[in-house]
Amino acid sequence: MDRFNRFNSGETTLTRIIVVTSGKGGVGKTTTSAALSMGLARAGHKTVVIDFDIGLRNLDIIMDCERRVVFDFVNVIQGDARLNQALIRDKRCELLSILPASQTRDKEALTREGVQAILEELSQDHEYIICDSPAGIEGGAMMAMYFADEAIVVTNPEVSSVRDSDRIIGLLQSKSRRAENNEPPIREHLLVTRYDPERVGRGDMLSIEDVEEILASPLIGVIPESESVLRASNQGIPVILDEDSRAGQAYVDVVARLTGEERPLRFTELERKGILQRMFGG
Amino acid sequence: MALFDIFKDRDRQPEGTASAAKERLKVIVAHERRQRQQPDYLAAMQRDILQVVRKYIPIDYDDVNIQIEQEGQVSVLELNVTLPNEVIER
Ligand SMILES: Nc1ncnc2c1ncn2[C@@H]1O[C@H](COP(=O)(O)OP(=O)(O)OP(=O)(O)O)[C@@H](O)[C@H]1O
Ligand SMILES: [Mg+2]
Repeated sequence: MDRFNRFNSGETTLTRIIVVTSGKGGVGKTTTSAALSMGLARAGHKTVVIDFDIGLRNLDIIMDCERRVVFDFVNVIQGDARLNQALIRDKRCELLSILPASQTRDKEALTREGVQAILEELSQDHEYIICDSPAGIEGGAMMAMYFADEAIVVTNPEVSSVRDSDRIIGLLQSKSRRAENNEPPIREHLLVTRYDPERVGRGDMLSIEDVEEILASPLIGVIPESESVLRASNQGIPVILDEDSRAGQAYVDVVARLTGEERPLRFTELERKGILQRMFGG
Repeated sequence: MALFDIFKDRDRQPEGTASAAKERLKVIVAHERRQRQQPDYLAAMQRDILQVVRKYIPIDYDDVNIQIEQEGQVSVLELNVTLPNEVIER
């Protein structure tokens, strides 16, 4: 077999497979996957983003390509379509492709061999493969993380999200391909999202330092709570394309850090309200 | 009275609920990390032991603490059962 085989040959390739995961649902994985994949592609890296949320696909609508889905991830695994037929090229950035999840209710449709074959084929001509994990710690989430080189652990500053992130970190360290083969571990990056400095200032929200201290994982960024995220998803525009949005700018910083640049954190400090504003509310 | 609120500065209370969140998280995360190091059958064993003890003494699931410790060459099964006060007084 002369097929490229990145997982068994021990060869290192340039492709980085990055899973976006969290354990807890609704914390911002899909928002993050869409933003980072668009950001990486716009920075000149050939990128594909894969929706692993079988049965509940959402990435397509966040990326505004829901009407262009003909074949999906499961069709390719089951041999009903070729990978090229299922990949959707983004209309805004030609270096970005999306592999949509299927709407089938059969969650067992993803097989490890099938996923491996697809990742191997994508590794031949992509620099970044972003895997948008479903919530939970069941099959789909385990499949999304299994082959990863790196993980972005999306965490909201609240108790259940932090606890679930810790469990996911444990699984990354024990149940991934790298862990099972005694290879260098998955590189973890902690991403705190929906951060609200005002509530932190009031003492009612865990601070970045608190979350970092508990999870003991290196921080790759902080995305502020921002109304622009909802506006962006309403329109099918990854929030990173909204240059006026603080969340969008924070995602730009994360992309830069992923590609090796150092950038200071932004939007993490309380913007002091003027005294008049505080007197009269607002 | 918005004017007085400025001076009270409620906005900067150090003792908000976040500190409680942090303390609770530290405890639960440490507990769960320890649990993760343990073999899978330990939870089943804990339930079995619980049932045996309960035949004689009323205790809760939490009262049985079981873990395997690595001590040099050997592994030690450590079992702690906390009994309610009434039992001892009887
Ligand atoms: N920084 C943010 N500010 C405000 N709202 C946000 C932010 N990030 C995400 N959201 C909102 O939170 C909700 C959940 O986001 P998203 O779908 O990305 O989460 P998810 O982790 O992918 O969810 P699931 O676990 O269901 O897949 C969405 O309504 C989204 O608009
Ligand atoms: Mg999602």
